Amino acid sequence: MSLREKAKQRLQATAMSMVQKAVALAPDAWVPGGDPDPLIHHRNGLIGAPIPRLDAPEKVTGTARFAAEVPLDGMLYAALVYSTIAKGRLVSLDTSAAEAAPGVALVMTHRNAPRLKPLPTFTSNLRSAAQDSLPVLQDDRIHWNGQPVALVLAETQDQADYAKSLLHPVYEPGHAITRFAEAKAAGLETGAMMGMRFKDEIGDAETVLAACPVTVDEVYSTPRHNHNALELHAVTVVWDGDDLTVHDATQKLAHTAWSLAHAFDLAELQVRVFSPYVGGGFGGKGLWQHQLLAAAAARLAGRPVRLVLSREGVYRIVGGRTLTEQRLAIGARPDGRFKALVHLGTVAMTPHNNMPEPLIMGTRGSYAARALRLEVQAARVDMIANTFMRGPGEAVGTFALESAVDELAVRLGMDPIELRLLNEPEKEPTSGLPFSLREVEKIFRDGAERFGWSRRSQTPGQRRQGEWLIGMGVARGTYPHNRMPGGAARLTVTRDGRATVEFAGQEMGMGTATVHAQVTAERLGLPMTHVIATVGDSTLPGRVMAVASAQTASFGAAIAATHKKLVKELIGLAGNDGPLAGLSPDQVGGLNAGLAKLDDPTRHESYASILSRAGQAELTVEATAPLPLETMHWSMHSHSAMFCEVRVNAVTGEIRVSRILGAFDCGRILNARTAASQFRGAIIMGIGLALMEETQFDERNGRIMNASLAEYHVPVHMDVPDIEVMWTDTPDPHAPMGAHGVGEIGITGTAAAIANAVFNATGKRIRDLPITLDKLL
Amino acid sequence: MTPFQYAGASDAADAVRRAEATGARYLGGGTNLVDLMRETIERPAALVDVTGFSREVIEQENSGLRIGAATRNTALAEHPLVRTRYPVLTRAIVAGATAQIRNMATVGGNLLQRTRCTYFYDDDGSRCNKRSPGQGCDALDGFNRGHAILGASKACVAVNPSDMCVALAALDAIIHLESPGGARRLPLTDLHRLPGERPDIETVLAPGELITAIELPALPISMRSGYRKVRDRASYAFALVSVAAALHIEDGHIEDVRLALGGVSHKPWRAWRAEEALRGQPASEAMFRRAADAELSEARPLKDNGFKIELARRTIVAILAQLAGEKR
Repeated sequence: MSLREKAKQRLQATAMSMVQKAVALAPDAWVPGGDPDPLIHHRNGLIGAPIPRLDAPEKVTGTARFAAEVPLDGMLYAALVYSTIAKGRLVSLDTSAAEAAPGVALVMTHRNAPRLKPLPTFTSNLRSAAQDSLPVLQDDRIHWNGQPVALVLAETQDQADYAKSLLHPVYEPGHAITRFAEAKAAGLETGAMMGMRFKDEIGDAETVLAACPVTVDEVYSTPRHNHNALELHAVTVVWDGDDLTVHDATQKLAHTAWSLAHAFDLAELQVRVFSPYVGGGFGGKGLWQHQLLAAAAARLAGRPVRLVLSREGVYRIVGGRTLTEQRLAIGARPDGRFKALVHLGTVAMTPHNNMPEPLIMGTRGSYAARALRLEVQAARVDMIANTFMRGPGEAVGTFALESAVDELAVRLGMDPIELRLLNEPEKEPTSGLPFSLREVEKIFRDGAERFGWSRRSQTPGQRRQGEWLIGMGVARGTYPHNRMPGGAARLTVTRDGRATVEFAGQEMGMGTATVHAQVTAERLGLPMTHVIATVGDSTLPGRVMAVASAQTASFGAAIAATHKKLVKELIGLAGNDGPLAGLSPDQVGGLNAGLAKLDDPTRHESYASILSRAGQAELTVEATAPLPLETMHWSMHSHSAMFCEVRVNAVTGEIRVSRILGAFDCGRILNARTAASQFRGAIIMGIGLALMEETQFDERNGRIMNASLAEYHVPVHMDVPDIEVMWTDTPDPHAPMGAHGVGEIGITGTAAAIANAVFNATGKRIRDLPITLDKLL
Repeated sequence: MTPFQYAGASDAADAVRRAEATGARYLGGGTNLVDLMRETIERPAALVDVTGFSREVIEQENSGLRIGAATRNTALAEHPLVRTRYPVLTRAIVAGATAQIRNMATVGGNLLQRTRCTYFYDDDGSRCNKRSPGQGCDALDGFNRGHAILGASKACVAVNPSDMCVALAALDAIIHLESPGGARRLPLTDLHRLPGERPDIETVLAPGELITAIELPALPISMRSGYRKVRDRASYAFALVSVAAALHIEDGHIEDVRLALGGVSHKPWRAWRAEEALRGQPASEAMFRRAADAELSEARPLKDNGFKIELARRTIVAILAQLAGEKR
C-alpha cells in the first residue's frame, strides 16, 4: 500500500470515528430506525410467508439465461494463459503458433492490449468493484502465481483452448514472498479497512489474564479457502462504438459498471452491466481480471467476446479466504465470569489489496469482560488478492472464540451454555452502544430443548455405538446487521392495480427479487401476483453490492423510502374530494389494492380509482435510502446457537456430522422458505470449513495445487445430515422491515460447534482446521 | 484439448491393427483419458473406440467369471454373480467415483486409470517425472498427504487411485490381452509397475496392447470378503487407505486369506507378506496386527502422510476382525 493510501486510510478512520461518536450520542429520533418501520406491525400478511422463489421455474426449465449463455452474433471465445511463477517478469512469449492455429482471431498480451487506467480497490473507493490495484495485462510484471499473461480469442471455445496450449511463456523469476513465516518476519501491520481499524484495547487484558485463577490461552488456526460457486465466473461483452454492454455474473453490479467505465476512460452510463441470474456468489463474484480482459479483447478484435473461466481458472484469478493464526485467551473467575478476553489474529494479504480478514468482529460484542485486547495483523504474501468469503471474519474468528469458551467450560466443569449466558453483556463491550435486539438466551434455551442438549454427557468419550464415538457440541455464531449506503429504488403503480419495483440488485439465488416483491406487495396491499421486482441491470437505481448480508436491508430501506414517497404523491393525487381527503401520508397504509386510513380501513380508495380520477395511467417515483447511521447508534447484530452431534470412528478417525440444529436471533424473517435455505446452505459451508475445505497453497512457489472440485473438498450430500433451523422472528425495532440479513450467520459458529462435538465424542481438542481424520488417530 | 483422429474398430484384432498403424490410444468410457486430454496432459494423435466390444459377464466352466473389458463399472458391480461370489468387488467398485462416472467407466479403462497426484495434473506449473521423465518430482517435498508409503521411489511417490483394482488384486484376477504379436494372459498383480526410475511407464503392457477381458478364478474364499475405504469425506474422494480382504477360517484357524491395499502405492498392493503371516495361524486380533505390521514393515512415510501407516494397520485389523466375526 502506498503512503498516500495509508494516509488516506488513517484520515478515513479518524473521520469515521468522529462520525460514530456523534451518531452514538444523537437522540434516537434523529437516526434512521428511530421510528420503527410500519411494516413491523403487519402480521398475518405476506411477511414471513414461505413463498417459493419466483425465478425457480426459469431455472428448473433452463430458460433462465446466465452470463455464459447470452448468444451474440459474431462472438469470439476466450481462453486465458496463467503465469506459473509468483513474481518476476515475462521475458518472452512466442505467439506465432497460437495465432496460426485454426479459428484463432488474435492473441492478446501486454504488448498489444488496449491501455487501461488503474483501478482503486473497492476497500478504498466506494464506487469501485476492483479487488486489487494491479494493472491488467499492461506490462511484463508478474505479481502472483496464476496471473493472466495472455488471452486467446477464437471462433470456438475448443479452438481457443487448443491455441492456448501452444503458448509457452518464458519467465525471469524474482524473489517472491510465498512462505507465511517469511511474510510475518518481513513485518506485520494492524488491519484496517473502509475506515475501520481492527484493534480494540480496553484495560490491561494481559495483566488481568495473568492474574486470573482459571484461564484458557491457545492458538487456533484455519487454512486458506477458495471460492467454488456452482456457476463458473463468466462474462459476455459487446462494444457498440464507445458503449459497452456486459453480461456478467456479479454481486457488484453498479460497481462493476463504474469500474469498467473508469478503466476504459468512459462515462459511467456508457457501460451497462446485466446480471439477472448469478449461480452463487459467497463473496467471490466480484470484479476480477476476466471482465476487464474480455472487454479489452472485444475492443481489440472489434467483435463480441465470451470469457468463461475454467474451474482451474477460478482458483488462479479469483481470490479466497486467507489462512489465519489466532491466539485466543480467556481469563475467568472460579464462578465462570470472564475478566479478560484476548483475541489476536495474523492473516495474509497481498501488497496490492487490503482485506485483512476481520476475525475479531464477532469477539467485539459477544461476551462481557472488563479487559479486552483484540487485534488483526496482516502479513503481505505474493499471491492472488484475498477477498470476502461467506462470514468474512466471523466464520473463522468464531471457531477460535467458541472453541476457547468450550475449553474454559471444561476447565470450570460448567455447562458451556450456562457459561455463555453467564457472560452475556448488557451493552456492546467495545463500543458501549445499546443493543437493538438481543435474544441470545432465548435461542440457547429453545435450541437446547429442541436438540435434546440435556442428553449430552459432560465427560467426553462416554457414548459409543460399535466403532463410533458420539458427541454433542454447541457454539454461538454472530454476524452484524449491516446496511450499505447507496440504496435506491423505483416504484411504479399502474391503473390496473399492478406494481413494479426496480433496483440494481443482485440475485445470486438467495431470493432477493422474490422477497422484495413480497415486501412491496405487503406495503402496497397488493397480492404477490400483481407485483414484479426487477433486478440485475446496472442502470436501475441504487449502488449496493450484495455483500455483508446487507442487500435486503439496503434495498429494503430504499423501497420503504420509495413507498413513503409514493403514498405522499398518491395522497396528493387523491385530493380533497375522496375518502382520503385531509389525511396525511403517515395516517394511511396500503390495503386491498389501495390506500386506507390506518385506524379506519373504511376510508379507502383503490390505486385504480386514484389514478383514473387523476387521469394518469401510472405513477412512478424514485427515492434513496437515508444513510445507514442506525448501525452506529445501536449495536445491531444477529446471533445463532449452533448445536451439533458428530460420530467419530474410533478405528479410522473418520468424522460424520449426524445432526445439526441452528437457532437464530435474526430479527423478523421475511420469507421462511428462502431464509431456511440461506441458514442451511451456510451451515453446510460451515461443515466444509470444519471438516474438509483447504486450499493447498504450495509455499515453495505460491501455486495452488488443488485447483479442482475433485481435490478441493466441499461436503457431498452424504456429508450433510438433517439440518434443523428455527428462529425467534422477533423484529428488530430499528432495522428496515424489522429484519436482519441472513446470508452469513449460518456459517459462523458452525465449525466450533463441530469441533466441540468432536471433543465431546473423543476427548481430543483439534485447534487446527480442517478436522481431518489423521488428527484423530 | 489437442485435435485427434477418432475411429471405431470391428473387433479386438482390428483395434490392435489400427492402433499399431496410427499409434492410437484405446478409448473406453473416457472418464479419465478424456479428462487428461482436456488438461493436455494426454495428447494422443488418435483414439480407437473400444466401448463397443464385449460387455458380457460369462460364467466359466470352472465357475469363475470372464468379464468383457467394455463392461461398465456399474454393470459389473450390480451383476448377481459378482454380488454373491465376489462381494469385495462390488463394494470396491461402488466405493469409487460417483454413480454417473461409474455408469460411463469401463472395466478395462479402470485398470489403466492414472494417478490423481496434483503435481501430475499441473501440466505447466509443476515438475513431474511421470509426465516428463527426468524433470523431477515436486510432490516429493510438496503436498503428499495422499501419496505412497509403499514401493515409492525418489522419482515418484504417486499412488494408483483405483478401488476396483484393489479388489481384483485380492481376487487373483487374470487380465486377457490382445497385441500385434497375439493374445496373452497376465495376473492383475503383475500388470502395474512400481515407479522406480521410470514412473511414466505404469504397466507392463506393450505399446498397442489391448485389454480384452478380466478373468476371475473360482475362489470360494471370496464369498466372505469385504472392502473398506477410508477417505476424507463420505463419498467422491480417493482412498487415503483402502483394504480388500477375504478370509476363510476353520476351527479358529486361518485356512486361507486374501489381502490387498489401495491408496498406499503406485500399484494396487497385494499384501503377500501379511497373507503368509496369517495362513495357518489362529484368527485373533493380535495375529491380525502382527500380519499388518509385517506388511507395513517397509512402509516409508513422506512429509504429510505418516498417518497412513497407522491407518493402514488399523484398517487391516478392523476388516479382518469383522470378517472373522461374520457368520458363515
